[in-house]
Amino acid sequence: MKSAITWMQKTAAAVAIAGFGLSGAYAQDAKPSGEPIKVGILHSLSGTMAISETTLKDAMLMLIDEQNKKGGVLGRPLEAVVVDPASDWPLFAEKARELISQDGVSVVFGCWTSVSRKSVLPVFKELDSILFYPVQYEGEESERNVFYTGAAPNQQAIPAVDYLMNEGVERWVLEGTDYVYPRTTNKILEAYLKSKGVAPEDIKVNYTPFGFSDWQTEVSSIKEFGSAGKKTAVVSTVNGDANVPFYKELGNQGIKATDIPVVAFSVGEEELAGIDTAPLVGHLAAWNYFQSVDTPENEDFIEKWRAFIKDDNRVTNDPMEAHYIGFNMWVKAVEKAGTTDPDAVIDALPGIEQANLTGGVSQMLPNHHITKPVLIGEITDDGQFDVVSETEDLVPGDAWSDFLPESKKLKADWVELKCGNYDTEAKKCLGDTAETSN
Amino acid sequence: MTRSLHRLLVTLAFLFLCAAPALAQVSDAAAIVQKFGGKQSYDHTEAVISELAATGDARVARALRALREGDLYWRESDEAVFIAERRGDEYALFDPITGESAGSAPRGDMQKVRVKNSIRNAVTGALGSLTLRSDNPAQRMRAADTLFSEADPEMIEPLDAAIAAEQDASVKARMEEARASAMLVSDRSAEDKAAAAKVLANRADRESLNKLTVFARSTDDPVARAAADAAIAAIKANIAFWNQMQNVWYGLSLGSVLLLAAIGLAITFGVMGVINMAHGEMVMLGAYTTFAVQEFIRSNAPGLFEWSLLIALPLAFLVSGAVGLVMERGLIRFLYGRPLETLLATFGVSLILQQAVRTIFGPSNRQVGNPDFMSGAFNLGLMSITWNRLWIIVFALVVFAALLAVLNKTPLGLQMRAVTQNRRMAAAMGIRTPWVDAMTFALGSGIAGIAGVALSQIDNVSPNLGQGYIIDSFMVVVFGGVGNLWGTLVGAMSLGILNKFLEPYAGAVLGKIVVLVLIILFIQKRPRGLFAQKGRFVDA
Repeated sequence: MKSAITWMQKTAAAVAIAGFGLSGAYAQDAKPSGEPIKVGILHSLSGTMAISETTLKDAMLMLIDEQNKKGGVLGRPLEAVVVDPASDWPLFAEKARELISQDGVSVVFGCWTSVSRKSVLPVFKELDSILFYPVQYEGEESERNVFYTGAAPNQQAIPAVDYLMNEGVERWVLEGTDYVYPRTTNKILEAYLKSKGVAPEDIKVNYTPFGFSDWQTEVSSIKEFGSAGKKTAVVSTVNGDANVPFYKELGNQGIKATDIPVVAFSVGEEELAGIDTAPLVGHLAAWNYFQSVDTPENEDFIEKWRAFIKDDNRVTNDPMEAHYIGFNMWVKAVEKAGTTDPDAVIDALPGIEQANLTGGVSQMLPNHHITKPVLIGEITDDGQFDVVSETEDLVPGDAWSDFLPESKKLKADWVELKCGNYDTEAKKCLGDTAETSN
Repeated sequence: MTRSLHRLLVTLAFLFLCAAPALAQVSDAAAIVQKFGGKQSYDHTEAVISELAATGDARVARALRALREGDLYWRESDEAVFIAERRGDEYALFDPITGESAGSAPRGDMQKVRVKNSIRNAVTGALGSLTLRSDNPAQRMRAADTLFSEADPEMIEPLDAAIAAEQDASVKARMEEARASAMLVSDRSAEDKAAAAKVLANRADRESLNKLTVFARSTDDPVARAAADAAIAAIKANIAFWNQMQNVWYGLSLGSVLLLAAIGLAITFGVMGVINMAHGEMVMLGAYTTFAVQEFIRSNAPGLFEWSLLIALPLAFLVSGAVGLVMERGLIRFLYGRPLETLLATFGVSLILQQAVRTIFGPSNRQVGNPDFMSGAFNLGLMSITWNRLWIIVFALVVFAALLAVLNKTPLGLQMRAVTQNRRMAAAMGIRTPWVDAMTFALGSGIAGIAGVALSQIDNVSPNLGQGYIIDSFMVVVFGGVGNLWGTLVGAMSLGILNKFLEPYAGAVLGKIVVLVLIILFIQKRPRGLFAQKGRFVDA
């Protein structure tokens, strides 16, 4: 305990000294001045999604704070404008409009669920602004005004399934919450598994409502499905709160990760902070970032985050890293364009590179997705993840899945083709059928 | 003298010769265990495990178990392997073979030997063959279970030997099942296999069905196949029966949760007629009280953790009851007889309470631990019954009985019934009706708080906890019959069972919709619910 205190004192002293040094050095030339550049933060601070999104709001505030200490952008300070869309999808659109037209923000970082993103899309198109979306999603979309810094299905779901296949899994339960992300992801996964020779009777798809808490029947039917003489795994797109009772029930019914592993796409460090992880050891998650990744960049990020939030036990997670990458890319693009004008920044963004926190360099692609590493981690008893598999190279995000017949032929390219859904067979841009005038 | 010396020397030499292989074996195993050290690939680790298993030395079990639990570490300076236990900022080190203490090391110096699921499975398999002759019957039992699922024909002979030596009848039976499962995949005669199929038919669970299905698919011998098919049919019938039992059990369990959530509302809405949209938040407050109690116990009196739920019960009752009292006195009493305004006002209160909790405790889920008596499960036939669900059923019934007793046997209960049945007459008899209103509302809210203690064991403790239960609670109370506690009990249980019988066929999403539709139809037919209140006061 004593050593911990002295260590903390030392760190505090070091930080203080460094701070003095910096402020001394930059006092004259880099103090941002002039009219602030406004940055909108559109994350729910109340309602069901507050549990996940509040953290992202704080992460954004920290990044903006850091950037201001470094001298702002274009010599101007950044100013965060925080609004609360209260987990209410139509309110997201209203708040987005408020941010862009009333507050005059240059860029917005926000949204979590796919419905909220779909709800703000028309606003961003109409008012021509920029949205950075930091969460893994179902793909099948590429918009000129949106930059997707979370994983597309080929950067999370498919590598996870590949890993399990390597481990000898032959029978699959696709368990999800009943909404657009799990349904689309499972459709892609089902097509992918079948293309790999998995028989239809070896795939079971099941959906439960939002916030589902009585998992007894579901878990026992998983158990039954798993007792057919083939190694079975569960691919879980169960979202948010419903995960905790799901894992508790798995533990209660004695399903161990060594028998039937569960690989989850929506369970990260933040979600595990609310549960006793001892019964979950060995279950898996696929992400592009884990707090446990041992790189100097990540260590630095965690330290800054804990200092900013004033809590030594706060965890970091994947969407936070996505915001870190997205924010820095935006800063670089603004500096490259020399202006915050959305059109110039949108054109400047593709090709921008930014070191991620896991030791690679992510790049913004012409389809407005980024390259990311894919990590598979096993849950450990301290609520963290132990990386058991990692892709060798960064995986470029694919907007349109190659495993769905209707999207196989589509291609997104905002640099050459200036189109988010170019039909490579018909050789024409499908455009937005709802708004043909654009 | 020389003779005795000579004899001594011979004895010593003999002893040495005897001991040498044993010593060599220990050092052998120890040397292999050391191979876990250093940054190694998973394949390497797996190879070392099979090397250890091949020694046949039961003493390596300690190291293997530590590996599986993630307690096996190697020292960065010399790659020596130890079992490490965390003690503050240090690790206490133990020899991986003997388990003797080997000093300590700072945390930064030790690296964990990395494991993943396939490694854990390899360890379990290795332990199965190593501990078959262990002195501990529980370990032999586990070994037999492992061998059952591994089904390795090589193990038939070791199993035969173990069965012959086994004294414990239940362990012996498991070993025979393990032998049968290995027999099915071996190249022994069809008669042997048919006999093995019979052994598995008696075991009659999903795992044996599993083995038999694989066997029936692969064999081409008619005798063995017929035996397997007969066994499969028998097991399937058995499983079908237990599936129905399990549905009933799950239904009762869901029903008890519904009952707990709704029973407080049966008072505030059922008896008093207040549409209390903040009822769910009373449940949530109870759950957060449990969290606060556990936090306090963790930091001040860790020994009391097993009792934390019992301690939390009265506190949750008081907290939620007090909030309910303040709500009634400060808001609801001005709105009696105006249901629409009550609905809106209490909905506002529910939002305020949620946001208050979010501000105080933070938006993320809070961890409420399960005491030991509420963790784990036991098997009844082919059903696994989890302790927490069992205790919640018991608890729901106890709360129900207690509430019934309060309403029927205490002066407060008498006054409550008097006021709800005929307010003016009760007032004329000298009952302070406003006081009774306040107490009734506080009682209903307090009961909701108690429900929160129980629900914290199975659900997320988050500010949204209550929202998930409010609709279900109203559904149960309306379905059961407003103003009737027995109706709430029967309503909760029948909705629970109906839901759980629909779920396997219709899925969770559709199942819930079907239940809602059925309730709507039922209410059309019987607007007053299952147990309608009768008498003059009904419409008063």
